[in-house]
Amino acid sequence: MTDHHEKPTSPIALHHALDRIWGTKSGWGRLATVNHNVVGKRFMLTALIFFAIGGLLAMLIRTQLASSQSAFMDAEQYAQVFTMHGSVMMFLFAIPFFEGLTIYLLPKLLGTRDLAFPRLTAYGFWCYLFGGSILIIALIGGVAPNSGWFMYTPLSSDIYSPGINSDVWLLGITFVEISALSAAIEIMVTILKLRASGMSLDRMPIFAWYMLIVATMMLVGFPPLILGSILLETERAFGLPFFDPNRGGDPLLWQHLFWLFGHPEVYIIFLPAAGAISTILPVFAGTPLAGYRIIIAALVSTAFLSFGLWVHHMYAVGIPHVALSFFSAASALVAIPTAIQIFAWLATISHGRPRFSVPMLHIIGFFFVFVIGGLTGVMLAMVPFDWQAHDTHFVVAHLHYVLVGGFVFPMLAAAYYWLPHITGRQPVQHLSQAAFWMIFLGFNITFFMMHLTGLRGMPRRVFEYPPESGWEMLNFFSSLGSFVMTMGFALVALDFILLFRFGRPFRRNPWRAGTLEWAMPTPSPSYNFASLPVIDRRADMLDPDVLGPQLAAGKGLLGFPRDGRMELLAVDIVTGKPEHVVRLPRQSFMPLWTAIGTGFFFLSLLFKFYWVTPFALASVVFMFLLWSRDTAEKDDLGNLPIGNGQELPPHIEAERPPSWWAMVFALVADATAYISLLFGSLFLWISAPNWPPQDIGQIGLLGPAIAAVSLVLAAWSGRQASAGGGKGAVGWLSLTTVGHLIATTVFLWLALTALPSPRSHAAVASIFVVFIYAAMHSGLGAVFAGYGIWRVRSGFVSPRRNLDLRIGVLWHGFAAMVGLAAAGFPFVLASLTSEVSP
Amino acid sequence: MLFGLGATLLAGCTGDLSALDPAGPSAASIARLWWVMLAASALLFLLVMGLLFVAIMFPHFGRRISQRSWILAGGLALPIPILFALTFYAFWQGEYLLRGGGTEAEELVRVEALGTRWQWQFRYPDTAENPTTSGVLHIPAGRTVEVAVTSTDVIHSFWIPRLAGKIDAVPGHVTYLRLRADRPGRYGGQCAEYCGTGHAGMNFEVHAHAEEDYAAALGIEKAP
Ligand code: HEM
Ligand SMILES: [Cu+2]
Ligand SMILES: [Cu+2]
Repeated sequence: MTDHHEKPTSPIALHHALDRIWGTKSGWGRLATVNHNVVGKRFMLTALIFFAIGGLLAMLIRTQLASSQSAFMDAEQYAQVFTMHGSVMMFLFAIPFFEGLTIYLLPKLLGTRDLAFPRLTAYGFWCYLFGGSILIIALIGGVAPNSGWFMYTPLSSDIYSPGINSDVWLLGITFVEISALSAAIEIMVTILKLRASGMSLDRMPIFAWYMLIVATMMLVGFPPLILGSILLETERAFGLPFFDPNRGGDPLLWQHLFWLFGHPEVYIIFLPAAGAISTILPVFAGTPLAGYRIIIAALVSTAFLSFGLWVHHMYAVGIPHVALSFFSAASALVAIPTAIQIFAWLATISHGRPRFSVPMLHIIGFFFVFVIGGLTGVMLAMVPFDWQAHDTHFVVAHLHYVLVGGFVFPMLAAAYYWLPHITGRQPVQHLSQAAFWMIFLGFNITFFMMHLTGLRGMPRRVFEYPPESGWEMLNFFSSLGSFVMTMGFALVALDFILLFRFGRPFRRNPWRAGTLEWAMPTPSPSYNFASLPVIDRRADMLDPDVLGPQLAAGKGLLGFPRDGRMELLAVDIVTGKPEHVVRLPRQSFMPLWTAIGTGFFFLSLLFKFYWVTPFALASVVFMFLLWSRDTAEKDDLGNLPIGNGQELPPHIEAERPPSWWAMVFALVADATAYISLLFGSLFLWISAPNWPPQDIGQIGLLGPAIAAVSLVLAAWSGRQASAGGGKGAVGWLSLTTVGHLIATTVFLWLALTALPSPRSHAAVASIFVVFIYAAMHSGLGAVFAGYGIWRVRSGFVSPRRNLDLRIGVLWHGFAAMVGLAAAGFPFVLASLTSEVSP
Repeated sequence: MLFGLGATLLAGCTGDLSALDPAGPSAASIARLWWVMLAASALLFLLVMGLLFVAIMFPHFGRRISQRSWILAGGLALPIPILFALTFYAFWQGEYLLRGGGTEAEELVRVEALGTRWQWQFRYPDTAENPTTSGVLHIPAGRTVEVAVTSTDVIHSFWIPRLAGKIDAVPGHVTYLRLRADRPGRYGGQCAEYCGTGHAGMNFEVHAHAEEDYAAALGIEKAP
């Protein structure tokens, strides 16, 4: 069969053979690279550029506030500057930076060669770059978003923000969030499936646990924001009144959707940084991390709690006090898992022999700053205190103590710790200490007294303040401190440049770490490991100095090239026992083209060229379908040798390969958005003024019944198609296509003809959007079923290779559930509002 | 930083808009909460940083305590009672503030505040004339006042730092805040939620009058 592999004779020959397969091509070929080493570095570099832009905006803010009646900026400019500072720092710096770090590190820590979906990584990067650029171009053009980083309606609605500013935020950030969602799915699947042989869940390096939790939080945290952005954009562009209280909408719906994302977001940013600390700190303490299992329990509880306390951003909107107390208690509780981590780190240090080094210095800086931020966080969780401190500079101080303490300092530690890995050089350490102290002191000068500024009454987001307020001196010191801090960051940048230029090369494992990323040459080769490790203990207690040379010599698994394909191992989720061979697709320009198509989609919405939108969308779907050409096989490959006398099937012949899991997780995200939509409408029924609506139309029973029946049929016949393993599949899939098409037509027809104008009332708008949501799902279902027919016809499917059909089953089932809920939804809404019948 | 500290100590915590310079029971109660939390936080901060210092500088010391004990003591035993007590106290205090910091028997004086871009308008439904004032809110000192707050455009937030916490003015909703000024006087008020380019200037004044002057103050306001 295709088993044409020869074992290269020497480590060097093996290196050359593997690098030919995995390495990035030169010239234009760079744009086709999908390798996690390259894309991860691109992510981090881009995020740093955005950090510099965000920092520059921060300097503008501090310049403006240094005196009370500054003429430096006017109110509108100031609004754009603080909105962009917040948005850039949160969406374009913090999240993408840790994504980049994870993309770079995760496969190495797990002992594999790449992430599960390298082309998706590349696609995510392009979406991030393009979406972020839209925001920056708007800033330069003077039309940047100006309603604050949480974009409260109605201020951000079309009446009060008629320009393009809010659209830039809603569409640009959503574009960027594609990369966050794709990264979330990819990280989850990679951690669950692509680990080293023998790395059971309880042997994973702690960073993988952190990222597994973070990715899960992203998967359910981002959909509410994306949904909210879509709803607000439909309100702005087409007048669907979700947030307009005059027509049954409610500005508070936006706040709930935003903070349902926004609070978990804070932990999504903190936990990767904490994961870096849990990885780095034990190395310098010279002893393994204390409380590995307790920390995992703490992480899981943080994840759960963080979705139950978003209302602490809304204490002042008039929610009943008993409800507030519930969220207050949850907010206080979330301090406990954080305290557990802090004391686990203290326990680690106290049982080790701490060494001093630059990363350690930044970790100490983290302790100092983050503990203060945590303590003020508990204060703000107390409802009465928040009623005073909310929306003042006290909150500005708190959030910077948490974000700079909980993210920037740990990331500086991580940068000093892993830059040698990226560059293959060690720092010479002249500037590092001075830079640290300037950042540390500058930060505290800027933000410590700002607590007082806020308590003395200075609201956030004011571009001037009365000279007699007594805030001027405090602000002046804050501004002074911020310039010291900026110089500190400039020194760090210089320090890094010097390291690239003059750093000392080293052989291996300069920090004497026990994790797998050091068991490879540095800078790391494109394929990470010339052969894949087999693990027999917790993966932070290994000996890279012994392991590295063995792996380089090809003594592990898959230590040979085969068919010019990028190969790695997938394992059983729990035990880490090898399960199948994943043959990754080749490098390709498709991610770039698809991202460009996606960009056209967003630009058409931004500039209101709505006739382009359907074409752009169709081209994106079409290009995604083209992606699958590369992984298809026309023959059953059978088991493939993986070295050491073992054999495993390729992933397309396996039961639950990575792509199957990816579909499951994508559906979880999709379901979260849909549930947010349904519950959002119910929230309007409870909370919004001007309910019930006058009229929600004549839907009748027939349409919903037809849609429901045809969707059940579609899902059932989709299942039959895959159960038959290819035989008779074309017939079954045709039935699926027809079922989906009928449902699509019915939902569209109902949405467009049976409802009164969706502009008339938020209830009608909700039903309208739910129908469109269902129509899109069954429409895509028809496309997938048609695609399945094409795959069967072209011979890509056999009883062993029916993955395409099994992934289809997931979609058809999900689309049916979406459709059934949509069919019943108007009746639920009507019975609740009772005066009207559908 | 020392210099900054010194300067602010001089200026103290006073100010027309300072939450730390309370002039009514609600603000006073919250200020007290703040000072207690500040003291407790300072102790906790010193504790954690002290432990970090000891752990780094004297490795022998920390090793006598097992890792498990470190985590259970610091991660559970230390925070749980503190958070428990604090949360309950804050809940009780919230109830107290919602009553306006006064006794329940007392009759409320009701006023209405309307946030518009970018000024505050006040009405006095308890008086027969129900006058409207702009930019100045008149209240009787020593009485609990219930302010019904709303907006007709975007979200604002009604805040008189020296008297009470803030409450948002949300279009389509009416929210309530109770407050009381202990003594007659003038207190600064301002909008706390970003509401557009006029946000920084969306201030108002509260005039608290002695009970006997209150009606006159409203009448004078109405006359011209
Ligand atoms: C480099 C030093 C930084 C300085 C001097 C700085 C300064 C400021 C100031 C003064 C404000 C308040 C603006 C206002 O309310 O009028 C602000 C807001 C904010 N900052 Fe920073 N910041 C810095 C870094 C960061 C970082 C690293 C992050 C996040 C990772 C961040 C996130 C935010 C957010 C989310 C806001 C709220 C924006 C809004 O109100 O819409 N900042 N910053
Ligand atoms: Cu929060
Ligand atoms: Cu305002």
